[in-house]
Amino acid sequence: MRIAILLLLVASSAFAADEKTFTPPAERDMPKNEFGDAVRLGKSIFTDTQHYAKKYVGNGLNCSNCHLDSGRMADSAPLWGAYVRYPAYRAKTKQVNTFEERLQGCFEYSMNGTAPKSGTPEMTALVSYAYWMSTGAPVNTKLKGAGFPKLNKPALAPDFARGQKVFTDNCQICHGSNGEGIKVEGKFVFPPLWGKESFNWGAGLHRIDTAAGFIKGNMPLGKGGTLSDQESWDVATYVMSHDRPADPRAKSGVAAAKKDFHEENCKYGETVEGHLLGE
Amino acid sequence: MKLIFLVLGMLPLLAQAADMATKINVSSCEACHGQKGVGKNEFPRLAALEATYFVKQLQDFRTGTRSNPMMQPVAKSMSEADMSKYAAYFSKLPQPAAQPSSEGAALLAAGESLAKNGDWPNGIPACFQCHGAKGQGISPDFPQIAGQPARYITVQIANWKSGARSNDSVGLMKSVADKMTDEQIKAVAAYLSQGVTK
Ligand code: HEC
Ligand code: HEC
Ligand code: HEC
Ligand code: HEC
Repeated sequence: MRIAILLLLVASSAFAADEKTFTPPAERDMPKNEFGDAVRLGKSIFTDTQHYAKKYVGNGLNCSNCHLDSGRMADSAPLWGAYVRYPAYRAKTKQVNTFEERLQGCFEYSMNGTAPKSGTPEMTALVSYAYWMSTGAPVNTKLKGAGFPKLNKPALAPDFARGQKVFTDNCQICHGSNGEGIKVEGKFVFPPLWGKESFNWGAGLHRIDTAAGFIKGNMPLGKGGTLSDQESWDVATYVMSHDRPADPRAKSGVAAAKKDFHEENCKYGETVEGHLLGE
Repeated sequence: MKLIFLVLGMLPLLAQAADMATKINVSSCEACHGQKGVGKNEFPRLAALEATYFVKQLQDFRTGTRSNPMMQPVAKSMSEADMSKYAAYFSKLPQPAAQPSSEGAALLAAGESLAKNGDWPNGIPACFQCHGAKGQGISPDFPQIAGQPARYITVQIANWKSGARSNDSVGLMKSVADKMTDEQIKAVAAYLSQGVTK
């Protein structure tokens, strides 16, 4: 009996060690010195990429549009969850990538831009911000809330028409009837979901499973967790069946790129509503 | 000669003003909403409120998705055309000047933080993500909230919690109100009541 309890305890603590919880330091605890200045600049770049890293950005987005609460929020790929898990092998690049290379990937795809090189003030500031936010976190550990959550497959195959209805009822008020977002005084207040100001076909979010997880957890803004799994998959399918900037890796056409890079849960290279996606 | 042109040029304007004056009775509104619609206590500021939003609120009082014993009878007695006229009149009045709050600095700072950064661990986005970077509103669905009286803001949030107000699109404002603590409501209402700040 005792032994059984002991075993149970060991088993459960082993499980807990697998999924350690972590709370990043408070904003007011940013150091007031030169390093703190880099951290603050990193935060500014992350939340207002349009202004602070303008030359590296090719669309209307900011990092914090997808990594919510300035990169702090659990389950929206927070910086503290990422920082401690690099270098890592990535299937996408078929290499071991450093944390800097991971950041560069988000510039090329999610921001449809060009990556700042290692040693630029922008890159140093972003890494400083992520490093500071991970103060006290164990390295080489999957923390609870790291990454984007995975959603179970829905009961019915995801459907464009049902997704369109979910979109009209729940998303259009902010993201616009053409997914174009809303601008005030030249700045996006609600970000574009597709079209030339959005992320490109190489970005992680164009995958329907990733988008469904993001949407279920975070959208509509302030109402995360209220859509059903089915609605999340349907609306993700609808959103990711529209045009967006080209995949920068598609050097020899959409058909070849579909084979090389899009053997995944996405609509790239398919014809939707009479239109070839990815061109 | 010059004078005649001037007078002729002003005729349409004069006619418009006369038309407004004969059809709507602004001073009846001002009895509750204050001179020039500046608002006070539980009576909202109407001055510079976006016209589409203004009309929507009147319609919602009429259908009952927004309930209030003082304002509902007023809205029910109005025609659609009147609603548009009142909206046109008040929406063009100047933005009232910023008002200092008598609350303490710590409370105001907490309110400012909620307005600008939200309370994400508790599921509350920044108020200004939906209501504009300075609380000036995002036309037409998200109203200006900066410059509303603290008491009015407090009552609205309580009304969303209780269900007395359920006219928000996609239930967006209810989901925020439901998560707010009394302390947060007090702080953010005090902060916002100061008006559109820098
Ligand atoms: C359009 C949404 C979007 C934008 C904008 C965006 N990202 Fe990402 N980011 C993602 C997604 C989705 C992933 C996860 C990719 C995957 O798992 O396939 C990710 C992953 C990451 C990771 C790795 C997370 C981990 O846990 O491994 C980091 C770090 C990161 N992004 C940083 C940034 C930075 C810095 C910016 C701004 C320059 C940025 N992101 C902009 C969507 C976005
Ligand atoms: C109240 C306004 C609002 C509503 C309604 C809303 N969103 Fe968003 N959405 C936002 C904001 C604001 C962001 C950026 C988050 C941030 O910066 O904190 C965002 C970000 C996103 C993103 C990632 C960034 C991008 O540009 O791709 C996606 C995808 C998204 N929303 C999809 C949806 C879907 C699908 C719905 C409906 C189920 C929805 N949203 C409803 C306001 C809204
Ligand atoms: C007897 C007092 C009273 C009178 C008279 C009155 N109102 Fe109101 N009004 C209120 C109160 C109280 C509210 C807030 C109701 C609530 O808490 O939901 C309100 C709310 C409103 C709102 C909603 C504003 C917002 O920001 O959402 C509009 C618009 C409005 N009134 C227009 C008018 C107009 C136009 C008139 C004159 C024709 C008028 N009111 C006369 C008491 C009054
Ligand atoms: C996700 C979007 C969203 C967020 C975040 C949000 N609101 Fe709202 N709010 C709305 C919408 C939509 C309405 C308009 C409801 C309607 O159409 O009548 C509204 C209306 C209001 C009103 C009533 C204004 C009037 O005169 O009628 C107040 C007060 C208000 N919000 C306060 C706040 C405060 C305080 C916060 C932050 C704690 C906040 N809101 C955050 C969406 C939001």
